[in-house]
Amino acid sequence: MSNLLEIKGVTKKYGDYTALNNVTLSIPKGSVYGLLGPNGAGKTSLIRIINQITMPDKGEVILDGEHLAPKHIADIGYLPEERGLYKSMKVGEQALYLAQLKGLEKEEAKKRLKYWFEKFDVFSWWNKKIEELSKGMAQKVQFIVTVMHQPKLLIFDEPFSGFDPINAQLIAKEILQLRDEGATIIFSTHRMESVEELCDEIALIDKSNKILEGNLKDIKRQYKSNVFQVGVKSENDESLLKELTSKFEVRPADFTLLADELTCNVKLKSGESPNELLSYLSSRGIVNHFVEVIPNANDIFIQAVKQNS
Amino acid sequence: MSKLNLIIKREFLAKVKNKSFIVMTFLSPLLMVGMGALVYFLMKKNDEKIKQIAYVDESTLFSKDDFKDSKTVKYLDLTSLGLEETKKKVEAGEYYGALFIPKKDSLELLANQVEFYSKESPGLTVMNTIEGKLERKLQNLKLTSFGIDFQKIKASKIGVDVKMYNFSGEKSSKLINGIKIAVGALAGYLLMMFVIVYGSSVMRSVIEEKTSRIIEVIVSSVKPFQLMLGKIIGNASAGLLQFLIWGVIIFIVSTVATSVMGLDVNDVQSSSLSAEQLEMAKQQVSGGKMQTLLQEIFKLPLLKLFLLFIFYFLGGYMLYSSLFAAIGAAVDNETDTQQFMLPIMLPLILGVYVGFATVINDPHGPISVAFSHIPLTSPIVMLMRVPFGVAWSELLISMALLLFTFTFMVWFAAKIYRVGILMYGKKPTYKDLYKWIKYNG
Repeated sequence: MSNLLEIKGVTKKYGDYTALNNVTLSIPKGSVYGLLGPNGAGKTSLIRIINQITMPDKGEVILDGEHLAPKHIADIGYLPEERGLYKSMKVGEQALYLAQLKGLEKEEAKKRLKYWFEKFDVFSWWNKKIEELSKGMAQKVQFIVTVMHQPKLLIFDEPFSGFDPINAQLIAKEILQLRDEGATIIFSTHRMESVEELCDEIALIDKSNKILEGNLKDIKRQYKSNVFQVGVKSENDESLLKELTSKFEVRPADFTLLADELTCNVKLKSGESPNELLSYLSSRGIVNHFVEVIPNANDIFIQAVKQNS
Repeated sequence: MSKLNLIIKREFLAKVKNKSFIVMTFLSPLLMVGMGALVYFLMKKNDEKIKQIAYVDESTLFSKDDFKDSKTVKYLDLTSLGLEETKKKVEAGEYYGALFIPKKDSLELLANQVEFYSKESPGLTVMNTIEGKLERKLQNLKLTSFGIDFQKIKASKIGVDVKMYNFSGEKSSKLINGIKIAVGALAGYLLMMFVIVYGSSVMRSVIEEKTSRIIEVIVSSVKPFQLMLGKIIGNASAGLLQFLIWGVIIFIVSTVATSVMGLDVNDVQSSSLSAEQLEMAKQQVSGGKMQTLLQEIFKLPLLKLFLLFIFYFLGGYMLYSSLFAAIGAAVDNETDTQQFMLPIMLPLILGVYVGFATVINDPHGPISVAFSHIPLTSPIVMLMRVPFGVAWSELLISMALLLFTFTFMVWFAAKIYRVGILMYGKKPTYKDLYKWIKYNG
């Protein structure tokens, strides 16, 4: 899979403050790419550089094989975290205006807006002013405005903030559909559960530096620590635990099960196979819980940031 | 359609569709005409009220001939009644005032001993008229006492009207000077009003984009410079439209008003001139020379005036509104704009004051010339000077300076604007602004 966007050695300074330090990222075509990082890590600076709102001090940005240039504005759709629309302008007029600024012809823009407004069932808002809409309604309009010029690259900064769970689900579905239709999506968020749900690739930026990048599954594999959650029903839990501790590295359980049984976490050393553990356990009682602990995005995020500091 | 055009169109429509714009556009000419009509009405009412002044002349030097009645003041000889009785009548409101001329040994003594009693303090014009009448009589008496026939002196008076020419062959007169002052002052004043009203409208529009947070979406589609320029031009177009509508409305309403109320157009027009010019114009016009006035106006280089007006108008507006845009970008809300507004308002106000104070007296004096070259004041001061005829060399230098400065200022403001629109939170200091200007990329 080739890369739609390549960021090569980008550095950005504001006076003495370094917002981005030699950051290199590759964003594969057709992926949902999670751009993660604590507050103030440099995510917004990077997004602004991709949008050509600011220029990097050093490094270059390549979009679809070409150096980033003003003509690429039409290829990018951007939903900023701090979002807003002209309050006293009518929804339809405003959407048309923003579409035309992105380079769409008026008639084409009207056609596409009609499609999206019908899809989101918001056509009745066309002649309403933004200030008459609720926050969630305005967010929907803004989402439509972001995607309607069918850009190759979509950048969503915290797209779910301000949406109720139902509408958030609707937007998530749309994002995945846009990806399936060929768009590449950069997705910046603090909500790790939505990262799990949506992202194929992630990058983690902390203190102006990239500290992690790659396929989410690969990274999880890399971060897993061979720990298994175990739940066994036996006649004598105490003696089983003693025996288990002598054979394996046992840690207190960080989960609860429904039945009253022995629970613990077991870490396997390299060379020990899970089968060994499982066959041992099944010989001593009824195994009703045996799961490998896979780090979620949240764990990886916290662990990586801790290691970096 | 290019992006700049799109922005101009949006800014123009956003401004024009605004309720306050519509209200202001149609209400303020009505208000202005209404105010004018009210002032005229009150003045007429005032004139209609006749003031009766009773005089008690113990000196017996004065006769009824010395106190000729005017349209608004009538004089009554109550010498026979005595001062005390007359004063009582004034107090009772029968008369406006009582003038008491005592008997004294010499005219000089008498001159300082005349008294005037009234319930309310009398107006300046009334007192001037009375003093004038007394002065004239006493002077005549004095002349007679020197053995000089004052009738001969009266007969010897000759009025002089110097015809003024300049070397480009223009003939000028005091009347046309009055017209020039009026045209220049109106142009300069209009420019100042326009800059303040529409400049701050540009500023508010920038602040609105910042607070509604749409700015980040917009600047990901267009260059900040395009957005700023579009805003400035869009607002200016709305302003020019407003002026056009005002002009048409004022023309229609005043035409209707004059025909309905039977006002004298000459009176209304000349009331914008100073009292001296008013007198002058009246003399000439009342001499059956309404056409002279028109002829004189057409003698002005109207096309040149119009073109220069447009140039300085746009140049001045561009210069100031780009600064207003920069201020709007630097702050988060309107209350924070105060500290940056002063340096902008100062040269504007200075321009108008210098214009009114010096150009009228001496249109080609050193102060007028200097301020009509300094770009921050030149649009106003030069517009005031232009009707008096300014050499092309001077005009070209002033225009070049303005052109250079506004180009520089738009560039300079764009630097602040570009950084400022994405900055939130802390109110910036002048030091911060300096950093933004230096900042590249």
